[in-house]
Amino acid sequence: MAQERSPASRLFANRAFLWACLVAMNLAVLVLVVLLVSIFWQGWDTLSWKFITNFASRKPSEAGIAAPLWGSVWVCAICGLVALPLGVGTAIYLEEFAKRTRFTRIVQTNIMNLAGVPSIVYGILGLTAFARMFGAFGTNVDEAIEFGNSESLWYIRLPFGSSVLAGGLTLMLVILPVVIISTQEALRAVPSSLRAGSFALGATRWQTVWGLTLPAAIPGIMTGAILAMSRAIGESAPLLVLGGLLLVFNTPENLMSDFAILPLQIFNWAGRPQDAFHAIAASAIIVQLVVLLAFNGVAVLIRQKLQKPLQ
Amino acid sequence: MPPEPSNPASHAHGHKAVAPVPQIVSHPTHAHGADAPLAIRTRGFSSWYGSFQALKSLDLDIPAQQVTAFIGPSGCGKSTFLRWINRMNDTIPSARAEGTLDLHGIDLLSKSVDVVDLRRRVGMVFQKPNPFPKSIYDNVAFGPRLHRKYTRAELDELVEQSLRQAAIWNEVKDRLHSSALGLSGGQQQRLCIARAVAVGPEVLLMDEPCSALDPKSSLAIEELIEKLAERYTIVIVTHNMQQAARVSDHTAFFFEGRLIESGDTEAIFTKPQNKQTEDYVTGRFG
Repeated sequence: MAQERSPASRLFANRAFLWACLVAMNLAVLVLVVLLVSIFWQGWDTLSWKFITNFASRKPSEAGIAAPLWGSVWVCAICGLVALPLGVGTAIYLEEFAKRTRFTRIVQTNIMNLAGVPSIVYGILGLTAFARMFGAFGTNVDEAIEFGNSESLWYIRLPFGSSVLAGGLTLMLVILPVVIISTQEALRAVPSSLRAGSFALGATRWQTVWGLTLPAAIPGIMTGAILAMSRAIGESAPLLVLGGLLLVFNTPENLMSDFAILPLQIFNWAGRPQDAFHAIAASAIIVQLVVLLAFNGVAVLIRQKLQKPLQ
Repeated sequence: MPPEPSNPASHAHGHKAVAPVPQIVSHPTHAHGADAPLAIRTRGFSSWYGSFQALKSLDLDIPAQQVTAFIGPSGCGKSTFLRWINRMNDTIPSARAEGTLDLHGIDLLSKSVDVVDLRRRVGMVFQKPNPFPKSIYDNVAFGPRLHRKYTRAELDELVEQSLRQAAIWNEVKDRLHSSALGLSGGQQQRLCIARAVAVGPEVLLMDEPCSALDPKSSLAIEELIEKLAERYTIVIVTHNMQQAARVSDHTAFFFEGRLIESGDTEAIFTKPQNKQTEDYVTGRFG
């Protein structure tokens, strides 16, 4: 005979669990607030327009982040522009078109595994595949094959070397599995009854994907993209392998430009003994947060644009 | 319409006995059956999911512009058969079929059949209303837009006609551009019917269209089915015997993958020839 639960004990368990959840949430928020406050405390004073437009310098008061800021923007923009179409395309193929065969199972398992590979490994891959192109075009920069005028925006050089293009593509490798998996999840969340309804009207698979499944999955896909871009913008290890350039005295002009990135610049300054460099490291973190929010803002805008609100 | 090649009498009583039991019993059709043109003709039709045989050597004729009801207990194969008529089973990799399944003389099982075109000609309404997460207007316009380009005015006209046919125009005409998900279950199902008729089908397949609806909405759908039968050949799968008796002209009783008995609805319900049919329609099992 089962014993009856007393209302008092059930109410107590209910309240206790609520408190446990509140504590968990507040701890997370507290850590974030402490972090933000300390960073703004340290970095707000040295943050100025000059700081954003100046290049690196030995003197902390003269140093600025023009090169790493624009380097990060270029690299992450390239990364996102390549990773999104590739990742979403792969996910659409795997979820909507591919039959469940041995081959697709292997691909699927590998994508899962790739999402867990340490990013520095991608750095090594990026160095070999993009920066040096397996030595297929020689190992010396002078031997590189050039296309177009080195002054123009469309200048391309093979191999890519330590350029923004190589950096962006390397970061793309890092976030591609994340984009694929989150897109697959978003597509899976679209009820199969909707696809059946579309097929029953005579829609082809592509018409169903384009007209129905993809629009319904866009919020989930963009959420995944935001998380992936946040990761890309904060990633430093793979780009360190690629070149780890810090002393760059120009902003990127084309895909073959050298670049610095914000996380590495922050790391460099934060590691110096002088307090003045710690302060400008904090300022750079503030700028990095703003850049991150800007990228996420673009993703949110795209999501709202593609998802026409219904009254 | 292409002439029906076999003698219409075969529909009435021309079946060979199928081994071993139960035997298919076909009633001579009285009221309109004898001269009703056929829409769908099935001979020796079997289908499998992997190694499981879901349908066993079906012989069935479905007359045009009338309502044919499939009844039978769960898992008897009636929905499977329905899903062969518009080849929705193509989405199930293990599904295959043999035998003859003709729509107006076109072999539906042929590899050369364009399923996209077939599904334009054979519409389907599902058990659970499945409106797209779009506006009411876009739900109805979705199908027509798949097949050709329309001007705005043409599309407006088509959407209105379709919604009127599905008897839902008056309820939604003032909010065509609001979300279809805000409609009630019964309205959603009528919207799905409007969506299906918008592509101009000849046949409408309905897979238990009322099972997720309340009695009042079900009644509205039943009245609609009667009206739609003036223009479309309707095949409806239902678990509700009263519904089958109310809306259909012909009834086919399925049991364990076999067609046990088919014919005029009145005959099936009042003087079934087969014991199993009688037990089922009188509610003794199933």
